[in-house]
Amino acid sequence: MTSERTKKKVLLVDDDVDFLEQHRIFLESEDFEVISAHSRAEAETILEDLTPDLAILDLMMDETDDGFVLAYHIKKKNRDIPVILVTAVTSETSLEFDTIGSEGSWIKADAMLPKPIRFEQLKREIHRLCKADTI
Amino acid sequence: MTEVTRILVTDDEEGMRLGVERALRKYVSSFHDLDCNVSYELDLASSGEEAVEKLTAGKYDILLLDYKLPEMNGIEVLGEAKNLHPDLLVVMMTAYASLDIAVSATKKGAFDFLAKPFTPQELRATIRYATKNLILQRQARKLAEEKRRVRFEFISVLSHELKAPIGAVEGYLELFRSGSIKDAETQERIIERSLARLTGMRKLIFDLLDLTRIEAGTKTRNLEEVSLGELVENALELVEVSARDRGISLHFSKEEKFRFVGDRSELEIVINNLVSNAVKYNRDNGEVFVRISKDAKRYQIEVEDTGIGMSEKELGKLFGEFVRMKNDKTRHIEGSGLGLSTVKKIVQLYNGDIRAISEWDKGTTFTVELPTDRA
Repeated sequence: MTSERTKKKVLLVDDDVDFLEQHRIFLESEDFEVISAHSRAEAETILEDLTPDLAILDLMMDETDDGFVLAYHIKKKNRDIPVILVTAVTSETSLEFDTIGSEGSWIKADAMLPKPIRFEQLKREIHRLCKADTI
Repeated sequence: MTEVTRILVTDDEEGMRLGVERALRKYVSSFHDLDCNVSYELDLASSGEEAVEKLTAGKYDILLLDYKLPEMNGIEVLGEAKNLHPDLLVVMMTAYASLDIAVSATKKGAFDFLAKPFTPQELRATIRYATKNLILQRQARKLAEEKRRVRFEFISVLSHELKAPIGAVEGYLELFRSGSIKDAETQERIIERSLARLTGMRKLIFDLLDLTRIEAGTKTRNLEEVSLGELVENALELVEVSARDRGISLHFSKEEKFRFVGDRSELEIVINNLVSNAVKYNRDNGEVFVRISKDAKRYQIEVEDTGIGMSEKELGKLFGEFVRMKNDKTRHIEGSGLGLSTVKKIVQLYNGDIRAISEWDKGTTFTVELPTDRA
């Protein structure tokens, strides 16, 4: 059993309470420490005192670009923190974000996952993004 | 609003073409009732062939067409023109106003006739009439488009609202499959949560059926004498348990029955929605007051809560479809977002009125007024 101190911290932000609950359960079972927030404002308060090892952010919360704004804050704090944006926008508006994460992309995120997210898919992304470190 | 209407004048007599142009060049049709002024842009063609050429190349609103043209006659041009632009209004000009011509031209879609010789006033009156028709057509089209758009929006939001609980329950089931649930307490919690989302979804479907039945007017209405006081008591009973769990006290003193003639199920929807909202959007240990009064003209039902209240902006949107106040305080409250929109539609069926006053963090009071005499 890993001790609390060495657990990786994940910041999980979504205004959907079920999404938060499910991913908290999943990530905790994967041995992460999960800090969750319901809104961009709540996440920003948390970020004042906390530097997470990974952030999973919903793109559209109260504002349609809350996820982008948070991603920007986190990357400004430390650009090495992997940020995963999740969104239902691709399935609902058929917008494509295929340039996300590519070199020179204006969106400062490392991955964009469409909702609904499969836990296995999320796990793969996390391992890919964190493989430089040891997880 | 000033619009420009394009007219193509087709006549083999130059004098006629120029005369029409002169009469219409500076003419403006004003339609005060439609809030619209229309000026005209004219183009001339001296033969049927030239007219068809111009109609193929450009966009016109009205075609002024001589019946008797040398090669291709007016009826043929009319047929071609309507093929090219089904919405084009064609006014036939003819010196041989026979019934035969009128019948075959009308069959081919001519809009009006102008008998030669005509005065500039007669020409303008005919053009004005055609123009009014054009504007009305356009407005009808716009309205139909707007209706389609609203319907599309409603369905988009509805599918989103239906997908959300499916997605949530799917996610919880996935957790079981992935073996991430390590303790019985978590398992219990997510089963409860899944069931709650399914209940919410069922409620949405029922609310939706209520709403569409009322909108379509297909709901059978059973008018009978209903006691509003009893309906309030029943509604309070329904929320009693959830109110008690959160320490919310309910106040209503039924001094009178307040008999009102209406459809019981409709009135139930109104009162149940207001009462359950007053509990749902209340604070813990809050209060709900329901009051009924009656004067010569109307019944008044007031439902007051000491809840989370609303901002001005939220109040403005309150009675719309799928409007749910999304903020930190409402996040955990389930609702279909159709309740108040349905309530408003029902109240309107009774020529009544519903309004809300609210103060952020202090509470909201809904007032429904139902006229005693609806005739």
